Amino acid sequence: MRDFSILIGGKAGSGIDKSTLILGDLLNQSGYRVYIYRDYPSLIRGGHTFSIIRASQTKIAAHRDKIDFLLALNKETLDLHLTKLSGDGKVICDVELLKEAALPVQTMTLGVPIVKFVKEENAPEVMRNTCLIGAFAKAIGIKIELLEKILKKNFGKSIDVNIKIAKKGYDASVVMESIRLPAQDALPLISGSQAICLGLIKGGLQVYVSYPMTPTTPLLHFFAEQANDFSLKVIHPESELGVILMALGFAYAGQKTAVGTSGGGFCLMTESLSLSGMSEVPAVIVLGQRPGPSTGLPTYSSQSDLNFALYAGQGEFVRFVVAPGDLEEAYYWSACALNLAWKYQIPSIILTDKNLNEGIGNFDVNETGEIKEDNPYLWDGTTDYHRYADSKTGISPMAFVPEKNAVIKVSGYEHDELGITTEDAAVTKKMQDKRLRKEKYLIEELKSFPTVKTYGDDKQTTALLCWGSNKGVCVELAQTLGLKVIQPLVLSPFPEHAFKEAMRGIKKLIAVEDNATGQLARLVKIYGIAVDDTILKYDGRPFTLDELEEKVKEKIS
Amino acid sequence: MSQNNLNTSAPNTWCPGCGNFAILNGIKKVLNELSEEVCPLEKFVLVSGIGCHGKIVDYVNVNSFYSIHGRSVPVAEGIKMANSGLKVICFAGDGDAYGEGLEHLIFAAKRNVDITVIIHNNRLYSLTAFQYSPTSPLGFKGRSTPNGTIEPPLNPLELMLASQATYLARGSSLKLDLLMRLFREAIMHKGFALVDVLQVCVTFNNLYEYYSKHVYELENHDPGNFQAAFNAIREWDYNSDARIPLGVFYQKEAPTFEDKMMSFPADIESKDSKIKEFLSKRM
Repeated sequence: MRDFSILIGGKAGSGIDKSTLILGDLLNQSGYRVYIYRDYPSLIRGGHTFSIIRASQTKIAAHRDKIDFLLALNKETLDLHLTKLSGDGKVICDVELLKEAALPVQTMTLGVPIVKFVKEENAPEVMRNTCLIGAFAKAIGIKIELLEKILKKNFGKSIDVNIKIAKKGYDASVVMESIRLPAQDALPLISGSQAICLGLIKGGLQVYVSYPMTPTTPLLHFFAEQANDFSLKVIHPESELGVILMALGFAYAGQKTAVGTSGGGFCLMTESLSLSGMSEVPAVIVLGQRPGPSTGLPTYSSQSDLNFALYAGQGEFVRFVVAPGDLEEAYYWSACALNLAWKYQIPSIILTDKNLNEGIGNFDVNETGEIKEDNPYLWDGTTDYHRYADSKTGISPMAFVPEKNAVIKVSGYEHDELGITTEDAAVTKKMQDKRLRKEKYLIEELKSFPTVKTYGDDKQTTALLCWGSNKGVCVELAQTLGLKVIQPLVLSPFPEHAFKEAMRGIKKLIAVEDNATGQLARLVKIYGIAVDDTILKYDGRPFTLDELEEKVKEKIS
Repeated sequence: MSQNNLNTSAPNTWCPGCGNFAILNGIKKVLNELSEEVCPLEKFVLVSGIGCHGKIVDYVNVNSFYSIHGRSVPVAEGIKMANSGLKVICFAGDGDAYGEGLEHLIFAAKRNVDITVIIHNNRLYSLTAFQYSPTSPLGFKGRSTPNGTIEPPLNPLELMLASQATYLARGSSLKLDLLMRLFREAIMHKGFALVDVLQVCVTFNNLYEYYSKHVYELENHDPGNFQAAFNAIREWDYNSDARIPLGVFYQKEAPTFEDKMMSFPADIESKDSKIKEFLSKRM
């Protein structure tokens, strides 16, 4: 099997997440490249949750419609997903469940007495997962030693029982289809959230402040767990209002700080986003999108906050907005976003979505691109300190409290070079010009960054236009169909030059977006680029490869 | 003693006779004294919100962060958490801290972050031209409530006591000596300190005479006694014509948020190897 997918499903709280990681590990260690899509409702226990683990010979970042192995922990999983089973797809589940489900006779099935085995060991119900994994491992011909090794890595004190149960599942199973092991080294398997966190750390993060909100909660958890190793301060305040204001306090005192939220929390942050723009105190915001308006679908994915990220906050100020499309880009651009926020003393928004944040895949740290560590422009102490000293680039030297010979005054009110309030017409204009001038130099600097990427056949006249997590599915599909893909990563300041370069020779441009109005399509229109067609999806679920293929074929036929 | 006048280039735009002048003069004197005796001036950071009070940061030549309406407290907390060696003083109005940003005040008190919050409490909104505030008396006729408010005021000190603040005092712009003593104590107190200053707005709510008749300084009061503090704080509810006690209501020693915050030694050099180490565990 070159490319196959496993779906594991059950009730929320029945251990699906852990099982997903173990299955991913098994395939990763077997030399496959892995991509994991997680689908769960907003509740703690009960309800249906499932993951799709796709294995491939090459690096992937999308899942497929068809399932080759359906691992069911309950009947609901069979009811909901049986139709996705491919022609020679196989069902693995408890033997009694199989009887109860009465699947069509042609279905290839493997029933294992999972419930019985777990009872025999007096083990908790959640260990049915381990038994199921054992049965699956045998079914695809994975050696018991590898299974044991991976279980040991994933379980702490309950390891002995888990191994016992996994072995029972393994022994009761049969080899259904032996996978051919591709010869390549395993690569770390991490989530988008982890890639963003590591990128921020790489960029010099010292403080993370956040109020929990899907899909950025995993960042808060990661930083809190890793605070010791990476010398971080991690704070969870009363609200997103408190979050960003505290972050600005930290940044004023010279500490590189990031915050994370989703649309609703970002609504509360917008007044302080504007404060960051005016006071020139850097802010880094990880904005993970989920479907709105309002509460929308809290645990699903969307790309409907591009306009919001670009235009949030009163007044006019320079901002950096970047939408990474995969793990390597998430790492690279998170570091860059932090550096650029401090270099230009502006707010930086890392625009992601649930699909990128919670999707898990192989991460190659050597493929991220070189991260330039730029120090912010600091006061050298030779002149009187003016926090907002005018300059050619609009960037003023920074100093941080306590500084013996400097009084450091920052303000959200219009102010003069010293940071003292002004309502003078000439000073107001001068200071606004100073702040906005920074954008020109930021645009110039960004020319040395991969702000717009293209993939596929350069001679092609048809291109898919995508951003964010749709990169994975678009690039893979374009390879199959021989299309070109254009992916702008930086969305503010918009890389007009690079985008127009990427557009050379393109006669038909099809925007693929996870929103209902084609927000990127509208954005490029400002720069005179007309999108010929759009493929939009706004049901909270990301495109599968097959689904997008069908839609694209309709558009290009 | 040579006093730095701490003046800035900013022209003062408060109304003549404004109670804010007492706060401004008081804090300047206290900053001068403390900078000579306790901690150099560059270690002080002033934070303000928006309203007449907010202008104070423009008038004192000390590090400052002129924040937005209702939001000075979390900024002050962030600065203090970044560097516990700083002395962070937060100025806020009654509309600002008791209205728009009340959640922050409660949480800062609950955390016992070592910051000082000075409330310019003139008991109305002045800069927006005369509306009631959270501490205006019942029936207050402002321009948004021409028939009088139909909600009673908040007793902010009672709320702060319940929120576990560790230093609570009330001063008045009428009594500068007491005010300076309270500022000094509040700044020196290790933990969350709040001084509610009855600051008279001469233009819209001139309570000079009223306060002159009603205020008195607490005597024989034990600020270490929670129940006594509770009773003293409830003597006046910001509504009735009761006597108005001034002074320190409550003071308690307790570990601060910054003290309890785990601080990990910065080891930036090993960052890359730790990233690699994390990734190797994910193989």
